[in-house]
Amino acid sequence: MKVEAKMLLGLGLFFGIMCAVYWNWSLENAGGVMMFAGMLLCFLPGSYYYFWSRRMKARPEDDPNATQASGAGVVGSFPGTSIWPFTLGMGAFLVVLALVFGIWFLVPGLGLVAWAMLGGTAEGRRGGKV
Amino acid sequence: MTDVLEHPLDHPEHGHGHGQGHDEHHGPSGLLKWMTTTDHKIIGLSYTVTSVIMLVIGGLFAEIIRAQLATPNGSLVSLSQYNELFTMHGSVMIYLFAGPFAFGGLANIIVPIQIGAPDMAFPRLNALSYWLYLTGSITMLAGFFTAGGAANFGWVAYAPLSNSINTPGAGADLWIGGLLLTGFSAIFTGVNLCATIFYLRAPGMTMFRMPIFTWNMLVTGILILLAFPVLTAGLIMLYCDRHFGTHIYSVAGGGVPVLWQHIFWFWGHPEVYILALPFFGMVTEIIAVFSRKPVFGYKGMIFATLSIAALSLGVWAHHMFTTGVVLLPFFSIMSLLIAVPTGIKIFNWIGTMWRGEVWFSTAMLMAIGFLVTFLIGGLTGIYLASPPLDFFTHDTYFVVAHFHSVVMALVLGGMGGLYYWGPKVTGYLLNERIGKAQFWFLFIGTQVFTLPQYLLGLNGMPRRIAVYPHDPQWKMLNDWSSIGAAMVGVSTLLFVVNVAVSWKKYPAGDNPWDAQTLEWFTTSPPPHHNFYRLPQIRSERPTWDYNHPEHKSLAHGDHAVAAPAEKVPAP
Repeated sequence: MKVEAKMLLGLGLFFGIMCAVYWNWSLENAGGVMMFAGMLLCFLPGSYYYFWSRRMKARPEDDPNATQASGAGVVGSFPGTSIWPFTLGMGAFLVVLALVFGIWFLVPGLGLVAWAMLGGTAEGRRGGKV
Repeated sequence: MTDVLEHPLDHPEHGHGHGQGHDEHHGPSGLLKWMTTTDHKIIGLSYTVTSVIMLVIGGLFAEIIRAQLATPNGSLVSLSQYNELFTMHGSVMIYLFAGPFAFGGLANIIVPIQIGAPDMAFPRLNALSYWLYLTGSITMLAGFFTAGGAANFGWVAYAPLSNSINTPGAGADLWIGGLLLTGFSAIFTGVNLCATIFYLRAPGMTMFRMPIFTWNMLVTGILILLAFPVLTAGLIMLYCDRHFGTHIYSVAGGGVPVLWQHIFWFWGHPEVYILALPFFGMVTEIIAVFSRKPVFGYKGMIFATLSIAALSLGVWAHHMFTTGVVLLPFFSIMSLLIAVPTGIKIFNWIGTMWRGEVWFSTAMLMAIGFLVTFLIGGLTGIYLASPPLDFFTHDTYFVVAHFHSVVMALVLGGMGGLYYWGPKVTGYLLNERIGKAQFWFLFIGTQVFTLPQYLLGLNGMPRRIAVYPHDPQWKMLNDWSSIGAAMVGVSTLLFVVNVAVSWKKYPAGDNPWDAQTLEWFTTSPPPHHNFYRLPQIRSERPTWDYNHPEHKSLAHGDHAVAAPAEKVPAP
């Protein structure tokens, strides 16, 4: 985790310095704000990784001498198949079409989005189909 | 039941050849399988096929544009149709082909396999990305079927031109809506890439043992997360200006039109690197494998990628030099600095080939073609980073030629990636003879089509014009450019022919190129959840170490001890 933390914090630091130079020199706010936000976006996960990298021992993927056996056990849970991403995608499609063709598209659109949210959440609790 | 994945070594009986049916899933088949899949390989393949279709559609627009410009007073399309064509050519190529092809297509398939992961970190989010990308593409292209035609304000949608008075109609709104969908799709893919690379690496796959392609995709993912939300926010504000009566981008209500340019290019320039970095990664892998050498300057390559990402957030306004309201010296210095890490990369690619046993396969030829073409595009970019030169060439064909050199280099690299990784994904090789013909058409066509445009630009021909004055020199240069574009079109046809001719004809085997990285350790195509077993990972090329124990990679910092030179007897 140390490399991840250092990389993100380093990028954030660079954006911070660049932001300070740019904002003070140009006095232009849009770019200054966006660079500042970019700095925060790097510091947020970067400090999270830094926090944990000091409190946990190296994971097998951070250990240069790890054997494959050291990663034994459950890697994670992966849903096999799921219809809900498709449902959610079609819902989002209809919502966007509502921006162009008329507000009534929101009815089926938001309906599909709500259905996908409920279905996806229930599937997440139950475990997806394999 | 959730598919709880256990480590391959927990089931040592599943070696090669054994347990091929181990992961057979008796799920849905056919169309329903495609709609419900969360397998990163199937999603990645859908992305790749869709984006290549977009390349063909965008290419058709380009061929119509070049046919129109082959004569000074072309009458193939009307002036307003021409506006729609160049807008949608740029939009399709940038938003719907180049990015999704790289980070949705090849990266989606290859990155998890390269780091020994069973799937992407969030498989359902990954599927959602694809559906948003597909529906976004349909939304954007649907503009052609509306009464007012497709969007026609250029792919950059500059503010006063894109408001509801100057561009009324559904086409522009469909363009905005399509971009909202594809923007979210890109953000979700970025999240997925970062989470996968941070959390799902195989034991021993430390950050500094990841293949360069995976490194570049990680940096691309970070850049996506930095850049795309800005565009999405900007588009929502543009929509509000058009329909809800806000005045964010209009002077009349106290807004600032240039704000759109700031927001657009704050996304737009990192986007250039979001497009380019994946292809840099592909080319690095190809050059190393076909030179039979490890990547030269592995860590230098990574630091070059990271510094390109760091600098990319501070260069956006070099697209806005002529607005007169940006800080010229800052953006000029930052843009020129980008040449340094890019130069390091070019140097390292040549260093990788240097004294290697170069195997000129189609993929390698495409990679070398990438190097040459990208060098032309990159060097002309250095000119454009200088404000005085930019004032002279802004909005002329010089700029058009510059970024077409760059993106055609990416097309060359991407085709190389298809020839290199295609066998891993499908299990079958493509025909090399047709592939080489495709390379020569694509490479020569690219130069014939871009180089005259540099001269046209220096002669003052503005971009985005459908007719131009009778001038023998302009006519000749435009003709050459159109001939080159036709050659590029032929090369795309050759690719389609190649896929048809070699369909399931040349079985590839697991490792046809004697390659180095982990994706070549598994079967072609890889099984569900990718690996039956994994080798020990002790360097950035575990497959090579496994297959060539006598030529193991050295740890970073160790150097081969040169054999003492033979004494040459004095004459």
